[in-house]
Amino acid sequence: MSSKRIVTCNINGRPEEFLCQSRQTLLEVLRDVLDMTGTKEGCSNGNCGACTVQFNGRPVDSCLVLAVEANGAEIETIESVAPAEGLDALQNAFLEEAALQCGICTPGFIIQARALLNENPNPTEEEIRFYLAGNLCRCTGYDKIVRAVQAAAQSRMASATT
Amino acid sequence: MRDFEYDAPKALTDTIDLLARNGDAARPLAGGTDLIDQVRTGRLKPDLVVDIKQLDELNVLDVSAAGLQLGAAVPCYRIYDDEQIRSNYSALADSTQIIGGVQIQSRASVGGNLCNSGPAADSIPALIALGATCLIAGPNGERELPVEKFCIGPGQNALQAGELLVELKFPAPPAHSGSHYRRFIPRNEMDIAVVGVGAAVTLDDAGETIVSARIALGAVGPTPIFAQAAGDLLAGKAATDENFTAAAEAAQAIATPIDDMRGTKEFRLHLVGVFTQRVLRQAVARARGEA
Amino acid sequence: MATAEKKYKVIGTRPIRHDGVDKVTGRAKYGADLHLTGMLYGAILRSPHAHARIKSIDTSKAEALPGVRAVVTNADLPQIGSKIADLGEGMFNLQHISRIALACEKVTYKGHAVAAVAADNIHIAQEATALIEVDYEPLPHVMDVREAMRDDAPILHEDVRTEAFASATDEPGDQPTNIAKHFFHEKGNIEEGFSAAHLVLEREFTTATVHQGYIEPHNATALWNPDGQITVWTSTQGTFVVREQLSGLLQEPISKIKVVPMEIGGGFGGKIVAYLPPVAAILSKKSGRPVQLVMDRTEVLEATGPTPGSYMKVKIGVDSEGLITAADAYIAFEAGGFPGSPIPAASMTVFACYEIPNGRVNGYDVCVNKPATKAYRAPGATQAAFAVESVLDEIAEQLNIDPLELRLKNAAVEGTRRVDGVEFARIGMRETVEAIQQSDHWKSEIGDGARHIEGPAHYDDGNKRCGRGFAAGFWFNAGLKSAVTATVRTDGTVALLEGSTDIGGSRAGIAMQLAETLGITAEEVTPTVVDTDSIGYTDVTGGSRVTFATGWAAYEAALDIQRQMVKRAALIWDCNADDVCYEDGRIVGPADKSFTFGELAAQVHKTGEPIIGRGSSDHNTPGGAFAAHIVDVQVDLETGKVEILRFTAAQDVGTAIHPAYVEGQIQGAAVQGIGWALNEEYFFDDAGEMRNATFLDYRIPTCYDVPMIETILVEVPNPGHPYGVRGVGEVPIVPPPAAIANAIYAATGVRMPNLPISPPNLLHALLENK
Repeated sequence: MSSKRIVTCNINGRPEEFLCQSRQTLLEVLRDVLDMTGTKEGCSNGNCGACTVQFNGRPVDSCLVLAVEANGAEIETIESVAPAEGLDALQNAFLEEAALQCGICTPGFIIQARALLNENPNPTEEEIRFYLAGNLCRCTGYDKIVRAVQAAAQSRMASATT
Repeated sequence: MRDFEYDAPKALTDTIDLLARNGDAARPLAGGTDLIDQVRTGRLKPDLVVDIKQLDELNVLDVSAAGLQLGAAVPCYRIYDDEQIRSNYSALADSTQIIGGVQIQSRASVGGNLCNSGPAADSIPALIALGATCLIAGPNGERELPVEKFCIGPGQNALQAGELLVELKFPAPPAHSGSHYRRFIPRNEMDIAVVGVGAAVTLDDAGETIVSARIALGAVGPTPIFAQAAGDLLAGKAATDENFTAAAEAAQAIATPIDDMRGTKEFRLHLVGVFTQRVLRQAVARARGEA
Repeated sequence: MATAEKKYKVIGTRPIRHDGVDKVTGRAKYGADLHLTGMLYGAILRSPHAHARIKSIDTSKAEALPGVRAVVTNADLPQIGSKIADLGEGMFNLQHISRIALACEKVTYKGHAVAAVAADNIHIAQEATALIEVDYEPLPHVMDVREAMRDDAPILHEDVRTEAFASATDEPGDQPTNIAKHFFHEKGNIEEGFSAAHLVLEREFTTATVHQGYIEPHNATALWNPDGQITVWTSTQGTFVVREQLSGLLQEPISKIKVVPMEIGGGFGGKIVAYLPPVAAILSKKSGRPVQLVMDRTEVLEATGPTPGSYMKVKIGVDSEGLITAADAYIAFEAGGFPGSPIPAASMTVFACYEIPNGRVNGYDVCVNKPATKAYRAPGATQAAFAVESVLDEIAEQLNIDPLELRLKNAAVEGTRRVDGVEFARIGMRETVEAIQQSDHWKSEIGDGARHIEGPAHYDDGNKRCGRGFAAGFWFNAGLKSAVTATVRTDGTVALLEGSTDIGGSRAGIAMQLAETLGITAEEVTPTVVDTDSIGYTDVTGGSRVTFATGWAAYEAALDIQRQMVKRAALIWDCNADDVCYEDGRIVGPADKSFTFGELAAQVHKTGEPIIGRGSSDHNTPGGAFAAHIVDVQVDLETGKVEILRFTAAQDVGTAIHPAYVEGQIQGAAVQGIGWALNEEYFFDDAGEMRNATFLDYRIPTCYDVPMIETILVEVPNPGHPYGVRGVGEVPIVPPPAAIANAIYAATGVRMPNLPISPPNLLHALLENK
């Protein structure tokens, strides 16, 4: 049996240290070791995006990252999206547009949409659809999710100019 | 998941050492988007996973007058975000932008895609069309290999014990050249290619005649196929639909597709014809500066 | 957009759902998020064979692995006889469920659960399953429904004989068969009906096995306490039906069983059968610790119930004006490894949209070596509608009648009697088709309002044709039982407890009906979904019943609160309760005395006992729902690839309590239907093994594959509900495959009678047609 390793990283702006085996994925460690269950598991092979987290500035499927690879990394999960007070523009938009039904895919979509809007603050509908192609939803048919991202983009741009 | 050890060496020599000492029991890890799933499902059974992302040589991304040097561990998003690569090595940008979705592209590398050696790999037809060369390091030193010789069977490649793919080198594109990679998938994203075609063409100054062409096919044989005859027959010919059709037929002649759950033999052969023409047209348009 | 609903104050508005903040912040706890002290992790060993006898199971090596705390097989479950239980969305044989949870004597599909392990962590549990030695005797397998119906087919269950249902009169034979059930319905005189027809078309169809595809895999955590109390936390569509199944499978009284609902990440009918709870429970009993079992995606696809693949033959006769004179359907469903496909519903819905003077339906439930099928959103109706709506489309074309006019001529109305004998009350089939006729989409050219794909999938080249298709569909709404309790808080708000697990935002719609009745706002009601000890019996979240039935229970609870508030006010005002009434959120008494709800609530504890409203419902006057869809497609003639350009779904929704969630149900179901039509199917190899058991090759639509889905909410209120509610959740999955097939015909001249219409299949047909 391989020995456990100590991993030191920064999660949601805080230094974290944990013990893990090489075979544990980042997703497993977030959920089962650090008790951060907002990130979900849907497919285990990088096809559904429910496990999306920000990893060194990029959205990644955490089911396909080994926890040991997180040594020295900057990680952001759904738990970091809301500011100290209230909710992020995307979170508000998802609620107002009713862009969730069962909600299991929602954390992954919010992380991915936030990465999109950070890179491209005013995306077209098609740019949104392409960027979110790695996030599966079975409940909504995506219509209201796309509208929520569009609404959040507008709202972010509006507050950026104030 | 199977238990294994993990190491992240900082120097290439240490990496080669580890790989040589452990042989088949060790697997290099770049983006992990293939490896981790294969270990999880039991397809691969390593005892040691060697993380190669810390190695400077494998993270090189350099475009110069001499050509493109692409480290084996460079992730897809760095490749298609590079404007020079989009302009001058378009087929490479095309393929990296459609490998598996944005989250996958944050991690997956072209080197890994090549070393995984899947017959349907999206980057490989582009690499072949662009005439890339593999730079391989091993216990006996370095060697080079044309990329079309790298894959030798489904999931198998020419790397010997202890060897590691370090870099892919691409020649500088001649004037009036253009390239394109396109694949057929049943959805619009996230699928494995049913058929993939990469092509690079160089036109004469007038933009009418094809000086040279390289065509490569994916997902229609045990490895990606360099359709050398199909490309060669275009040399000196006008860039017309009639000639694209002839090249497409030559490509169909060497494809050896199978029936599987992603497509039938008949379907794939038909698509080789259709896509070879479509890809050549787009490559030519780019060579003319029209696309 | 919903037709303007000025009748109500709360109903018809779009408040933010009460559980919304927890879901967008990741705080909401789904079943796999639960961590209990001392909890063990379980893993299941599954059959590698599609069909085999189990000769022996040796678990000793697994038990010896350090970190393993318990190993179980079906032998650890009580051996129960064949027993039928009504689980709300149909009758289930508890013995079958026990054998689906853990195989007994034989395995009947690849992936069938054979043994389970509980260990200190998931990796040890998985390693332990590999150490369990099972001696199998592989048997010949059968994968196709027609082959399974032949006399010489390999038999899955030696004790199965064809049972006759409805008007079927078969005598069960003495030979084992895979044909477990035969449903027969008849109306009028079918031969005379066809003789009177001007045009008769008979066509054959097949559909492939398709999965619900919910993003959250199954999960269950169980604790079998030393005092004999069993608690199960699980993501389920029915806490009470899970309790029922546990009681039957474990042979424990329901008083010993409590089922706690975690949030659920999608169900669509697939999370009613309790695959994991009984296994987690016996692992907990053996190990003395709580045990959590979570499936992975491959297990979900291989071993939970998809919807049946099918073979169908539909024959319809019409007069020269297009009026149906006779209709005949033969439907054979793949039940999978155990009997119990949704053939009853398919047999009843197949012709339900239309007035059928002479009709006949033969439906068969047939075992094959695939996972045992279960409900998938309007179970069975999508397959049946694919056949019927394709035939009607062809009839419309041959008679040169507009396809919508053909449907309107024949539309079922109030008083229409279905072939299975049920008479419709007030329904909205005509109105729904008319809504399509009047829609912007129908009146536009193909290309108007169309999606233009951009980005890596966009190319202008290729030989493309466009076409438009239409289809209609019907699904029942169930009533069944629900209960709620609602406590008045002194700050003028209400705490509402209910037992309908929330898969789509239903707790908001239930809260809104309570709020409407009391004259308070939706935000002033706090709904919570509670466990089986905390609320009265509530049937499944399914059957499009929750907004109808649990909403009705909430309405009753509100009336109960009103009555108590009236009595309390009378006490305070020292007058006769008969002189006090409740109207518009106020309690009004003699001499202009009145309280708002909030003012009286503030006085409750100073003036007497707490006010708690009780409501339960068991009303079976649900409305039935009709849907009508149109779709514009673009076909690349050289590749067989189909793009959806524009999609409009009209539906009779009764009263749209929360329009955004009604739209959402329609849009989600439409996209599931698009996947069903174009790409989703189970691929089995010669060994009977599913080759595409991951989301890579089991291809559900991504965001980039579909356009916006336009919805038209037609509101024909259901006279059988206080707020006119009809169930909306299921019927929108019924029309899309037929609408898309009809659109592809319009675009290419090629009829596709087999689902999915995947590119290789369509291209093959296009090339043959040349």
